[in-house]
Amino acid sequence: MLKFLLRRFANYLVLVALATTMGYFLAATSLNARANYEGRNPRPSQTSIDAKLNELNLNNHTPVVKRFTRWAGDFVRGDMGKTFDERPVWGEMKQRMGVSLRLLLLGSLFGAALGVAMGVIGAVKQYSFTDHFTTAWAFVLLSTPVFLLAVLLKFGAVKYWNAHVPDSVHLYYVGEKNPGLTGTSFVLLRDRIAHLILPTLGIVLGQVAFYSRYQRNSFLDVMGSDFLRTAQAKGLRRRTALIKHGLRTALIPMATFFAYSFGLLLTGATFTEKIFGWHGMGEWFIDSIAKNDINVVAAVIVFSAVLILIAGLIADLLYAALDPRVRIR
Amino acid sequence: MTLDLPAETPTGRVVPGTPGAVLEVRGLTVSFPSESGTVTAVRGVSFALSPGEVLGIVGESGSGKSVSSLAVMGLLPSTARISGSIRFQGKELLGLGDREFSELRGEGMSMVFQDPLSALTPVYTVGDQIAEAVRIHRDVGKDEAKRKAVELLELVGIPNAKERSRAFPHEFSGGMRQRVMIAMAIANDPDVIIADEPTTALDVTVQAQILEVLGTAQEATGAAIVMITHDLGVIAGFADRVMVMYAGRPVETGTVDDIFYRPRMPYTLGLLGSLPRLDRAERQPLTPVDGNPPSLVDLPPGCPFAPRCPMRLSVCLELEPDLDPVRSGDTPGPGLHPGHRAACHRHREIEEQGLTATDVFPAQLAGEPPVARRPRESRTAVLDVEGLVRRFPLTRGAVFRRTVGTVHAVDGITFDIREGETLALVGESGCGKTTTINEILTLARPQEGRVAVLGRETTGLDRGGRREIRRDLSVVFQDPMASLDPRLPVADILAEGLKTYGVPREKRAARVRELLRLVGLGPEHASRYPAEFSGGQRQRICIARALALEPKLVVLDEPVSALDVSIRAGVINLLEQLREKLSLSYLFVAHDLSVVRHIANRVAVMYLGRIVEIGDVNKVFETPAHPYTQALLSAIPLPDPRKERERRRVVLEGDLPSPADPPSGCRFRTRCPLFATLAPDKAQRCIDEEPAVASQGPDHGAACHYAEVKTVL
Ligand code: SF4
Ligand code: SF4
Repeated sequence: MLKFLLRRFANYLVLVALATTMGYFLAATSLNARANYEGRNPRPSQTSIDAKLNELNLNNHTPVVKRFTRWAGDFVRGDMGKTFDERPVWGEMKQRMGVSLRLLLLGSLFGAALGVAMGVIGAVKQYSFTDHFTTAWAFVLLSTPVFLLAVLLKFGAVKYWNAHVPDSVHLYYVGEKNPGLTGTSFVLLRDRIAHLILPTLGIVLGQVAFYSRYQRNSFLDVMGSDFLRTAQAKGLRRRTALIKHGLRTALIPMATFFAYSFGLLLTGATFTEKIFGWHGMGEWFIDSIAKNDINVVAAVIVFSAVLILIAGLIADLLYAALDPRVRIR
Repeated sequence: MTLDLPAETPTGRVVPGTPGAVLEVRGLTVSFPSESGTVTAVRGVSFALSPGEVLGIVGESGSGKSVSSLAVMGLLPSTARISGSIRFQGKELLGLGDREFSELRGEGMSMVFQDPLSALTPVYTVGDQIAEAVRIHRDVGKDEAKRKAVELLELVGIPNAKERSRAFPHEFSGGMRQRVMIAMAIANDPDVIIADEPTTALDVTVQAQILEVLGTAQEATGAAIVMITHDLGVIAGFADRVMVMYAGRPVETGTVDDIFYRPRMPYTLGLLGSLPRLDRAERQPLTPVDGNPPSLVDLPPGCPFAPRCPMRLSVCLELEPDLDPVRSGDTPGPGLHPGHRAACHRHREIEEQGLTATDVFPAQLAGEPPVARRPRESRTAVLDVEGLVRRFPLTRGAVFRRTVGTVHAVDGITFDIREGETLALVGESGCGKTTTINEILTLARPQEGRVAVLGRETTGLDRGGRREIRRDLSVVFQDPMASLDPRLPVADILAEGLKTYGVPREKRAARVRELLRLVGLGPEHASRYPAEFSGGQRQRICIARALALEPKLVVLDEPVSALDVSIRAGVINLLEQLREKLSLSYLFVAHDLSVVRHIANRVAVMYLGRIVEIGDVNKVFETPAHPYTQALLSAIPLPDPRKERERRRVVLEGDLPSPADPPSGCRFRTRCPLFATLAPDKAQRCIDEEPAVASQGPDHGAACHYAEVKTVL
């Protein structure tokens, strides 16, 4: 088992290296950092621009392969280069990763759990009102762009919740916490949660819709399966058979799904982060592209590739835990 | 005693039960809503089962046999509408809720399903699944249940039961999984076991093992068994009584001997007459039953078999016959037996005149093509295969592919086919017969050995050469639906090959008509699409397509195994007539040895990539010299109850070894019954030295160091 995981790890590592390399090349050839300086007023001299660009490893006159080797060499030594305003990339990245993970982890865990539950209910009660109702909502949510959803959430919080339910938690929609607030750790935690609810909902809703559709289908497959009939023929009641024999089998395809969608959520969360003023990785990514900040873009690419690597490994572990067929290798 | 069958209970009126019956079904009707209307899958089934009795229910797909059994188990989907009466030990089951029913399932009645591959939950160990069955109905601890599971596994013949109980279903072969299913079914000493096609997905030697295990299971529990199958051979040796079903109703019931020796309903006659016989050297004409079973939506009045029945009268179209006693004043047999009954207006005539299948159905027997009258040696070889080898690398990993072994799919086989003859390649799954024909059909240079089609070696052929040979070599596959493009009308399908070879348009149309006539279809079929045809007709279209370019050699890859029994005979007859008329040669690949005996002149038996016995079909079947051939032949159930009762089977132990790691020396030695009895010094030879095919007489060879003729049929 360990050997299998190690081998998978090696596979993923190769993929991460490939993805990062390609990402770097794409960013380095399509983003032009020189323009930032040339557009300045007064315009710096050509030599000083070149010197600056060379220092930051952003000079588009240097062949991209050479830039990449320098970047990769630094990267291996633990140096991810500097941002445009000459701060180390890693320093900011640490902070932003924390922000993103706080948002994504909760959002996708809740999203997956609720989605699976809804999918199962939809499948068991196929064609009932509940099924039609959840299906309709899932499609509405899936077809609503994330930013619209975020804006709607914000609107709902301001107009209805905060205005009409005054005694409850006041929902905040900007940032992670109130900067000036002091008090016991309980007060601080409560403040954080009040900030977390809306953006998390923004992610959870989309995820629930997504998972419920897949889980519904995978559970419907299982419901028609022969082994479920065997379980009933042994004397299990239908409900028990569904839960004991059906659910676990239906979860198998979801394991891979869960892990990868977690890795890919990063891009989806970009809008959520932007709209709710969370300074996470997604926001950084968009901002740095606008600023032609190649080193930051490369760093974000590395981050998402590593996220997918971890997600892949978790998926393998989940898979192996759920499905004995993949264990023996 | 008297028995009034069937008891109508449209209102759910309580009907007095048959005393002594463990299971009694009366007037069972099942219908499902569907898009095209209400499907009445079961239309009045009645039977009573005495303790310990084996009832065989025979029928083709759609006859309602499986639906009836699921109804008895209460496992039909909730959309099904069920009426009639099902009594288990006198207790009415219809109308029971899931909770009450589940207390009975697995305890009083249990079931063995067809496909052991999907019928076990993949994520639990087999031991746990059996233990679960025990614990549902018995108040025992976990360890106790596990111990019981191991005992049950031992009973059904799983070696190292304790260790194997911790394995998962996917680590078992199909036969072993079916044993697990049986173990699960008998876990609580049921009174009734329903086995729904329990051996259908399995190879013959494994089928023989499973039937034996079922017998053991019955002995151990004393349960009555309902055996549902489409295979009359399986029933003959196993059942006490038989019920033949057609279009949702029983059409004939009686003791096995009644049904097999004195069938009195034309459908039963046709069914039995359409079976090629493994045990008869003289080729018998097969009686094809033309047409198809009716659709169960809006069934017209009258006898459902009428459209296919040569004995049909006008009354048959108006009045559906009852299931009446065949002999007037027939006293029902001992116990619960309702005697011999048939649902046919003319069963009296059949009885009085003693009509047989060939009297009722038109039957022909094709002869040999003219060229085959010449001695074999003087005819030219249309296919010559020598020392053919095909190995596949066994790889693993998605990004870093690496070879972890080699599968020896075909390992040095030699045979030839002469003009106008049929050679059958037989063996169980994994023996390499499919790989062999794929190798031949690709016309590429083989990894080792040589292949020559019509005298031309495939090694060194260029594209043009291959194209020329393709004209003379065509193929018919097992699944006609998958091999016909559903978007093309039949005329286009047949003309495709002609077009590629530049036959002008006018000629093509004429040829298409000719081809349709050749395979027994009409010119009006040319403009229809494959979906409008039944399975048998589709296979005829595939045959017509294969003949379009007037080939000399046709490769037939299991051409009838996807077809229902009654339709099979028609296709077999057609293939034989075509061979005679067009002087074709066939390479016939099949696992059904009865069909092979009927159609082939010569046969090659394969095991794990090697030919173990080859020669004239009568010699190989009458006087098999290789222990594997003997086991294979003896495993095949004969549709002849008396013979079945007297036969002693050679049941092979264990499963096929992995072709990636075949045993040293003789590949069959791990399962060879002869090897097991050899003295150590003699046995050593089997371990060290791989036997080559050695002559056992004219046109008969076997690859065994200690080959010894033994009759098994
Ligand atoms: S009732 Fe008529 S149609 Fe039906 S089987 Fe008998 S003779 Fe044939
Ligand atoms: S060679 Fe030996 S092991 Fe092989 S079939 Fe003959 S007796 Fe059996």
